[in-house]
Amino acid sequence: MRDLLIMVVVLTVLSAFSGGLLSGLRNATAARIEVQQLKFVKGPAIKKILQGVSNDPIADRFSLKDGDMVRKFFVGKFDGKANTVVLESSGKGYGGDVGLMVAVNMDDDTIVGAGVTTHSETPGLGAMAKDNPAFVSQFKGLPIAEMFKVTNDGGKVNAMSGATITSRAVCAAATQTGSIYQKLKPQLSEKLKEFNK
Amino acid sequence: MAKTLTQEFTKGLWEEIAPFRLVLGLCPVLGVTTTIENGIGMGLATTFVLVFSNILIASLRNIIPSKVRIACFIIIIATFVVVTELLMQAFAYTLFLKLGVFIPLIVVNCIVLGRAEAFASKNDLLPSIADGLGIGIGFTLSLAALGAVRELFGANNLTIWTTPNSVIGIQEVFGTNFEPFTFMVQAPGAFVCLGLMLCLMNLMGSK
Repeated sequence: MRDLLIMVVVLTVLSAFSGGLLSGLRNATAARIEVQQLKFVKGPAIKKILQGVSNDPIADRFSLKDGDMVRKFFVGKFDGKANTVVLESSGKGYGGDVGLMVAVNMDDDTIVGAGVTTHSETPGLGAMAKDNPAFVSQFKGLPIAEMFKVTNDGGKVNAMSGATITSRAVCAAATQTGSIYQKLKPQLSEKLKEFNK
Repeated sequence: MAKTLTQEFTKGLWEEIAPFRLVLGLCPVLGVTTTIENGIGMGLATTFVLVFSNILIASLRNIIPSKVRIACFIIIIATFVVVTELLMQAFAYTLFLKLGVFIPLIVVNCIVLGRAEAFASKNDLLPSIADGLGIGIGFTLSLAALGAVRELFGANNLTIWTTPNSVIGIQEVFGTNFEPFTFMVQAPGAFVCLGLMLCLMNLMGSK
């Protein structure tokens, strides 16, 4: 009985200590990790989906409150006019969250481009969502208000072979950006006006 | 007979060098050694985890009940692996992108758990630190050596470290006309290289 008690106490204390340490460290490094991700992952992804942009979308970023969450948006200027906004969201993939960036043209509410950023999908299968631009290019030109689904689920997006779960995750993320966009559209266009001054 | 601290340290560098003598921890050995840089990065990350888990396990060895010791070791090791992952993301993001999934896999690296069970749980703090450092550096050296051979023949380069602006190392060692054996940087090349190195180690050891 005493043995059992010691075991429980030791394991509990150890787990609690470990949890506390990790959450502390996570908070302490969160800001730095975000900067690194912006620089090495999101930056190049944004540049790729906003080809021919005349400003630096990383520098022209702003945050908006969406309920309890603070979301980040990146602004793209084409021919000197800020009409494109990049939204970020994620979907549940095979190996964790799949981050997706979607650029939306605010003049006609269509998708300018999309790109997968952070993911932990299987190399060669799900990871192709990021490595092979053919899959995400399907979103180009589609209206953002749509529900995106893979063809198996009755949608229009062709899933990557061998990576249906990842494909679904990307579609879910795209659909989510759509709903964020619809919800925050008034504030977004307000913000864009500031960038056009 | 008790060994001195120096002996505990140096045994990991040759006598008990983990991937070649004990043939342990082969997942990262085969997986990440496409370049020297990846090998060194992975080795240092493992060394960090090894030293700190050894420190904690050696200091707690009289408190941890023997029936749940493995569970306790795994909690400690996993904690330090996540610490490594977070620190690497914060301070060496490009390396993190290359090593990716192999960092969380340090948790199941049997060298780390092996040292915890075989050494740190039975020895004092100082020998455990020396043991962790020795085995860790030996592991780093093995990865770097394997990475060097594979990168040299597979990509014609020897890269020690890359910073965003420059590369420390030699590019195109055999000149531009050399056609690299891409086989070497793929998975089968890793097995062949490891086999040859094991063979070499045994030849040298048998004398």
